[in-house]
Order: sequence, then structure tokens, then C-alpha cells
Amino acid sequence: MKKKKLFSRDNQAYLYLLPWIVGMLVLQIYPFITSFYYSLTEYNALTDPKFVGMANYIRLFTRDKEFFKSLTATVTYAVLTVPFKIIMSLFIAILLNKGRKGIGALRTIYYLPSLFGGSMAVSILWKIMFMDDGMINAFLHSFGHETISFLGNPATALPTLSALEVWQFGSSMVMFLAALKQVPQSLYEAARIDGAGRIKSFFSITIPQISPIIFFCIIMQTINALQNFTSAFVVTQGGPVKSTYMLGLKLYNDGFLFMKMGYASATSWIIFGLVTIFTLVLFGTSKFWVFYGDE
Amino acid sequence: MSKKLKNRINEVIMYVVLITIGIIMIYPLIWMFFASFKTNEEIYGSIALLPKSYSFQAFVDGWNAIGGNTYAVFFRNSFLLVLPTTILTVVASTLTAYGFARFNFKGKKAMFALLMSTLMLPNAILIIPRYAIFRDLNVLDGYGPFYLMAAFACYPFFSYMLIQFLRGLPRDLDESAYIDGCGTFKTLTHILLPLLKPALFSAGLFQFLWTYNDYFNSLIYINTVKKYTVSMALRLSLDTESVVIWKNVMAMSCLAVLPVVVLFFFAQKYFVEGIATTGLKG
Repeated sequence: MKKKKLFSRDNQAYLYLLPWIVGMLVLQIYPFITSFYYSLTEYNALTDPKFVGMANYIRLFTRDKEFFKSLTATVTYAVLTVPFKIIMSLFIAILLNKGRKGIGALRTIYYLPSLFGGSMAVSILWKIMFMDDGMINAFLHSFGHETISFLGNPATALPTLSALEVWQFGSSMVMFLAALKQVPQSLYEAARIDGAGRIKSFFSITIPQISPIIFFCIIMQTINALQNFTSAFVVTQGGPVKSTYMLGLKLYNDGFLFMKMGYASATSWIIFGLVTIFTLVLFGTSKFWVFYGDE
Repeated sequence: MSKKLKNRINEVIMYVVLITIGIIMIYPLIWMFFASFKTNEEIYGSIALLPKSYSFQAFVDGWNAIGGNTYAVFFRNSFLLVLPTTILTVVASTLTAYGFARFNFKGKKAMFALLMSTLMLPNAILIIPRYAIFRDLNVLDGYGPFYLMAAFACYPFFSYMLIQFLRGLPRDLDESAYIDGCGTFKTLTHILLPLLKPALFSAGLFQFLWTYNDYFNSLIYINTVKKYTVSMALRLSLDTESVVIWKNVMAMSCLAVLPVVVLFFFAQKYFVEGIATTGLKG
């Protein structure tokens, strides 16, 4: 009660926000700014950073052969995984929404893989399953198909990692399922009276009604995909021939393995740039397809 | 064909599709479980799901695998890292959410905008400076970085989630408590917290899950094998032996995912509601 004398009711908010304000300043804003400063320096984490101007960025774009492979792998990974994840979760959510019996059990099964996120256990599992003499190839052999070197071939390694990501579509599916339940049935009835078929009402009612959630999922998944690390680190170690050497992995190797933290900071700003570009483009398209009803 | 029959056929097709895809989804996890009993020869080049014989030797061997440290140590470490982090996250996020959702103060709009922008700020860009900060604070090679980040509400997702939840609770509740002479803190603990319980539980579950699964941050902040988490120990077991005995690794992987699976089955409702509400209000 003493505090009440010192602070008006509304100003007490600052007390509640104090931990967050400190965290915000010290562990978010300050690192954000220093990260940019580091990217302009040569920094090995032991001695003081040495200012080198744009040298790190110039080197990334002109001399670092890995960089464009990393950039390509990162963008490809995001472009491969996000749409597939969204389509899968939407498709399954719609089917589950229509069903009557056993939906709870099925929903659990679909959700289960996403519990493990980017965890080590499933990354190792993926590695074992997709080895040249692993379970997937044994399955292909049983159909008389020859061995596919999933992890040894640059053309298949990235899609194999993407499959691990897509496998975990469960959480967006749960979101879509909840959103679908909120769509007023009256809209579908009205559309039916107007003679709209199923496909028509899917595109003119279902999609617009749940578009804010679809949009939210696309944004969050894209940001995550652009930073993927664990699966590339464990399943392929960035190989073969750097085809899965995503920027997150490059950042780790440059910064924490070779202790070139200035250079790695420059890479982190490239990731940030990618996140920004993708987010802006997505927000740009949102006015054409995301429908915000009045709340 | 009558309409009823057509609907019936559609429904059957739908269930066939759902169940087939469901089996494909769950198959790797079942396979992982049974692989714990298989020899390397059985894992290589065989599609058989079931092992030839069952013995729990892989669980015993895997448990003791890494030079002097058993998985008892790694599990203890994981929980030492995850539990305080989870509790601190929930406490700090609740305070933050309360500040934002129930007060009108100067600079609120700008501060909320900051919170929202950190929601989309990639961890990748902060990791190196944070590493330097934690090194200067002398908390590297331990769980200090995780505790500090949690205590200072550096997981904006949960603050945001709880703000949305608090906004959904009628304001009259705490305003009448305030008029009755209840301080703001007492209002939070006595009036709002009981109502927030499901949301706090969801937030805690997700933070538990994400921190437990996390590998990248642990890899950066923890160096000593004695302090390794389960994820790090699993990764290590791929490196230390020249010929990896997969059944041991698979057995330990099964144990590693077990806490998550158990938690999920006990608290499924909170998971589903947690995801649904954050998404819907996003």
C-alpha cells in the first residue's frame, strides 16, 4: 500500500514492466545495435573488436563461395517448407473439421510430430531413416527401386530436411482447426442458397474467414525457416557440397567454431535482411487476400 | 445414386485419406521405438518394423554411454535448465502482460510496438552480442543465460500471449476490486491469476517444450560435458564412437522425447487451447 502513495495507479505499470524494460534494453535493443557494430569489425571474442567498415559484407558478396550456396539453401528451404506446411495443415484441418468420429485421436496423431520441434531426437531419427541403407531405402528396394542417396545427393538433401520440417505441421493445423470452428455456418447456408458449390464456397468463404490465421502462420513459419539450424547441423552437417549449408549453420560455424564473430554478425544481418524482405513482401500481399472482419 | 449414399462414400474416402496420412505421420515415431531393440544389421536395409527379439540392453548401454556420465546426469541437467526457465518465463511474462493490459501509462503505445517488433526479431541476429554479454557477466557454460533471459521477459511470445488473454477478461473485475481498496498487486494475485490459470499453464507448457527441445542455444552457452542437456548428449553420442550403435542412440532418443509425450497426454487440453487462442487473436 505504500507504493500507492508514491505512484498513481497507472504509473505502477512501470513497476510491473521493470523486468521487461531492463530485458528489452540490455538483452534486445543493445544486442541488436552491437550486432550491427560487430558486423563492421573483426572480432574474435577474445580481443577488442577492430573496425573494418564494410569489409565483412564485401567479402560475403564477393569472395565467400559458401555464401551464395548458404543464401540459396536458406531461401529454398523457406520456400519449400512454408507453403507445403500451410497446405498440409489446411487440408488436414478441413478434413478433420468435417469428420465426426475419432477426430480427437486423429488430431493427436497429426499433432504429435510437431511436439518435437527442432529437437535432436527427431533429427537423429531422420538421419537414420534416410541413410543409404536406411529404412526408407529398404522400403524403396522392396518395390524394386534402386537406392536413392537422400543425404548424399545435393539435389535430394535439402528436400529431405524440408520433409522433416513439413512433417511437423501440427501446430498450424490446430490453429486452423480452431479457426474453422469459428466460421459462421450461416455464411455457408447463404452461399448454398445463392447456388455456390463446395469449391466456390471454400475460396469465397473458408479462406477469407480464416485468412488472418493463415497469414500469422506464414509469417511465423517463414521467420523460423530462415533461421533453421539443428536439422542441417545434425542430419547433413551442411553437406553434400554445402547444399544444405543454411545461413544459421554458417553463422554458427563462422562465429563459434572459427571465432570470426564480426564476420558471423554480418551473416546474421543477412538473415535479418531476408526476414525483413520476406515479411514486407508478405505484408504487401496481405491486403489482397487477408480479410480482417470488424472485431 | 442417392444423396445419402454419396455422402456416406465421401465420408469413407475422407477417413481412408485421414488414416493413411496419419499412419505415415506416426510411423517414424513407432519405428524409432522399435529400433531401440534392433541390431545395426536389422536397422540397415530392413523394412521390418518389429525387431527379431526384445531386450532392454540398448537402454542400459545407451544410458551409460558417454565417458563417465550417465543419462541420469543429462536428464537432471535438462530439468535444471528447463524448470527454472519455465517458471521465470511465466512469472516475468505475467507481470509484463499485466502492465500492458491493465494500465494506461505514458509511452504505452511505443513500448507495445517495441514488444511486437521483438516478436519478429530473429534470434540469429542477437546471439553473438548476447554471448558477449553473458561472457562479461560470467554466466557462460551454465544455465545462467537461460534464467536471465526468462527473468527479464525476453520471450515476447509469452508476454504477447498473456496480454491477449488478459484483454479477454472483463475489466470490471479488477476495477471493482481496486475501488474496494485492493492494491494493483493484490488484484493481480487474488482476482486475475485464478482466471489466468489455463493461459499460464499453456504458456508454461510451451516454454517447457521449446526449452527442452532447444539445441542451438545450449550448444552456444554450455561447454562442459558434465553440464550437457539430453539433446547435447544425444548429439555427442554420434561423435564419440567410431561405429555408432544405433539402437543405443534410438533408445536414448525414445527416452529423450518421453517427457514431452507424457506431458502432452496429461495436458493435451492446454496445448490445444494455448495454440488456438494465440493464433486466433494474432
